[in-house]
Amino acid sequence: MNLMTGSQVENAVHQQTGGVENTPLKMRGRKVNVFYGPKQALFGVDLDVRQNQVTALIGPSGCGKSTFLRCLNRMNDTVDSARVEGDITLDGENIYDPKIDVVELRARVGMVFQKPNPFPKSIYENVAYGPRIHGLARRKADFDGIVEKSLQRAGLWSEVKDRLHEPGTGLSGGQQQRLCIARAIAVSPEVILMDEPCSALDPIATARIEELIDELRQNYTIVIVTHSMQQAARVSQRTAMFHLGNLVEEGPTEKMFTNPDEKRTRDYITGRYG
Amino acid sequence: MTDIASSGTLIDAKAPPRRDIGLKRRYAAERRFRIYGILAVSVGLVFLAVMLFSIISQGYTAFSQTAVTLPITFDPAVIDPKNERESDPTKLQTANYPALAQKALAEKLGFAANDRAATRQLRGFLSDTSRVQLRDIVMADPSVIGTTRDVEILTSANIDSAFKGQIDLDVPEANRKVSDQQVGWMRKLSEEGALATRFNTGLFTNGASSRPESAGMGVAIVGSFYMMLIVLLVALPVGVAASIYLEEFAPKTKFTDLIEVNINNLAAVPSIVFGLLGLAVFVNFFGLPRSASVVGGLVLTLMTLPTIIIATRAALVAVPPSIRSAALGLGASRMQMVFHHVLPLAMPGILTGTIIGLARALGETAPLLLIGMVAFVADIPSTPLDPATALPVQIYMWANEAERAFVERLSGAIIILLIFLMAMNLTAIILRRKFERRW
Amino acid sequence: MGEHTVSSFDQELDEIDRLIVQMGTLAQRMVGDSTKALLSADERLAARVISEDATLDAFQRDLDARVITLIGKRQPMAQDLRAAVGALRMAADLERIGDLAKNVAKRVNAVGRTPVSETLSNSIEAMSRVVQDAVSDVLDHYTAHNAEALQALRVDDEKIDIRYTAIFRELLTYMMEDPRVITTCTHLLFCAKNLERIGDHVTNIAENAYYVTTGLQLPAKRPKRDETMPAASVS
Repeated sequence: MNLMTGSQVENAVHQQTGGVENTPLKMRGRKVNVFYGPKQALFGVDLDVRQNQVTALIGPSGCGKSTFLRCLNRMNDTVDSARVEGDITLDGENIYDPKIDVVELRARVGMVFQKPNPFPKSIYENVAYGPRIHGLARRKADFDGIVEKSLQRAGLWSEVKDRLHEPGTGLSGGQQQRLCIARAIAVSPEVILMDEPCSALDPIATARIEELIDELRQNYTIVIVTHSMQQAARVSQRTAMFHLGNLVEEGPTEKMFTNPDEKRTRDYITGRYG
Repeated sequence: MTDIASSGTLIDAKAPPRRDIGLKRRYAAERRFRIYGILAVSVGLVFLAVMLFSIISQGYTAFSQTAVTLPITFDPAVIDPKNERESDPTKLQTANYPALAQKALAEKLGFAANDRAATRQLRGFLSDTSRVQLRDIVMADPSVIGTTRDVEILTSANIDSAFKGQIDLDVPEANRKVSDQQVGWMRKLSEEGALATRFNTGLFTNGASSRPESAGMGVAIVGSFYMMLIVLLVALPVGVAASIYLEEFAPKTKFTDLIEVNINNLAAVPSIVFGLLGLAVFVNFFGLPRSASVVGGLVLTLMTLPTIIIATRAALVAVPPSIRSAALGLGASRMQMVFHHVLPLAMPGILTGTIIGLARALGETAPLLLIGMVAFVADIPSTPLDPATALPVQIYMWANEAERAFVERLSGAIIILLIFLMAMNLTAIILRRKFERRW
Repeated sequence: MGEHTVSSFDQELDEIDRLIVQMGTLAQRMVGDSTKALLSADERLAARVISEDATLDAFQRDLDARVITLIGKRQPMAQDLRAAVGALRMAADLERIGDLAKNVAKRVNAVGRTPVSETLSNSIEAMSRVVQDAVSDVLDHYTAHNAEALQALRVDDEKIDIRYTAIFRELLTYMMEDPRVITTCTHLLFCAKNLERIGDHVTNIAENAYYVTTGLQLPAKRPKRDETMPAASVS
């Protein structure tokens, strides 16, 4: 009989339960500083985002997690006073390189916002808008296909297929948020950024979104900002903790929520912060 | 189990001895405040009612006018006694047309045309506009000369007033403008059915006139229409474009702040200053014609522009930022974001602001006085470059007239202006409803 | 450790810790009393130990309910989560210790007043004292968050094992000498085995307490040498 030592047994068990470390790097932030006017919001953040993983950004309000998220598709460009320093790469390309077109970048790095914000147009138009401005389709049949596929991926198709031409604002909050996710994936992004996507939803709608995030992980890389520690623990593979504009700690989610290294992380996730 | 009460002494469970201190006073104060509010609203409503009542009660008669139908014989002996019309067409223009009307009326009333006293009374009975009216008939078709046809001739303003009961006939004859004989004819003709009131189309089609019965607002209406058209065509695109640039594209710097402050200041500049500006720039510098509605329109454009810009910017700001983020997050350019999403959502607000700005411009008088639109214009302007007046200017001019019959027309003009304004506000509401429903 | 923003969370955690300490104190006393009753054939003391086991069970049920409520209500994270889950497991071990002490007390009647040699009596008493010390030490170190001392307790368990082996050999000798004492000696052997098992539970508690305190699992169990068994039978 072949005996295993204790550590061999543990390794074997661990490999079965979660080998999440080894996916390739998708985005990388190095020494990212962000300023809003004279005020510095992020201080030298180094953070990696791995492909087909959900990376959760947690931390108290105003800690810079949303700011970092918005750097990843240059949404901070829309704020006049914002200035970003440091390197952020997507597949090794610096996204702040002048050669990179921000419109193309945002097609590759989609975003879902805190409050469901469908356009006040029909469900169909909401989903077809992105492909239209990016010229992803020409004929109506192509658009129909994209709309159906996106809605199906967002788990909304069966609920709305008979009322595609009714306004998207008429859906429930959770459906609206899934519509926004469908709208984001309609342009076939590689990375989806989610800024507290469930904060305005009830627990059932939240559960559906979380389920959806888990499914989307197969095809997309997801970065999610959340205030709910439980949600971060449930949906993410890696968690990064921000505090006062600094990245405090980053690591596998299971470790972050059972035994974080940093006291600030510990205090925050156990409810001792402030 | 632990409970909070045992762990801390922070919560003092003992109730205050009297919780209802001042409760009655509080309710009384609220009741009083409601009464003040109702009073304030009532005062406003009463003033509005008084204004509307006084204007309508004085003005509604302006929409009807007294006319007498007479069988006019186009007697060549009167029109063209020397038979020169073949050689000199101007003869037809200068002929003594009122005599035809007077003759017809004298025959109708049954006395000889050579009764001098009666003829003087007759002249005062019929409006002088018969000259223009009959001349136009003859000029249009000279073959009527020598025939007889029924023509509706306006009575003079005094007879009109008397027939509408606006002149107190109990006053001694010497102290009123209509004689007893004229009143007698008026009654007789009325009984015969020849004299009656009819709808006053002249009020809408005629130009300026010193005789009230033929004075109308046609020139003012057309002038105002031209000006509104110019304001709409110039101020709306310029204002909306300026607002979109300032709100969505311009970097927020000291300079744009300065522009913003100045636009707000511009909205508060008294309108007469815009009139002076228009006089200096458009009339004196660019040499555009005085009294023309194009100048008036441009001056009103200047005046309306800040209003439209402010309203448009407010409408743009009111579009939720989440829509902008959504569009940008999908990779829309700024311009796509504005034109696909923000502008359609801001449209109801922009339209409302524009129409309210237009309504304000429609009612504006002072700047138009300065650029010479307070003019006696008898002919309807065919282009915006022709001299014209405007509705409020017409009201201003009629308010300066002394004759009794102009008071009625003044009120009538005010009613017309109010109807125009109400129609515009109604349009604003309807447009807003329609656009809001679409989204 | 800082205080929670929600102070009743702290109170609830403290309450759970307090229950663990209470259970530990009770279990320790039960171990001492049961050995004392065994060696002095004090049936009244034995009866008390048996009845105290019910109290210990009640404590454990109370603690279980509190921990479940705490998890449901507060969704504890990190060290709080470890403390809650650790408390559940430690309470189960303490309850087992109580059961084992009760088992010793139950045998008092069977052993009766059979004379036991002085040396054996001393050995059992000494072993019992070591076990009692281990129980009280593990709880002291847990409440003091003393990770090193908790780790050291695992070594202490080996001492208990050695004592058990000694008693086992001694009893074996008695039984070979005089078959009439086999019944008594078997009971005593079970009692010694129970004490040894209590030591194992203490080790479990120490490992749990170490995990609660540090968030790290102690390396896999040290290879246990049970010298009462022939080496060949280990498979």
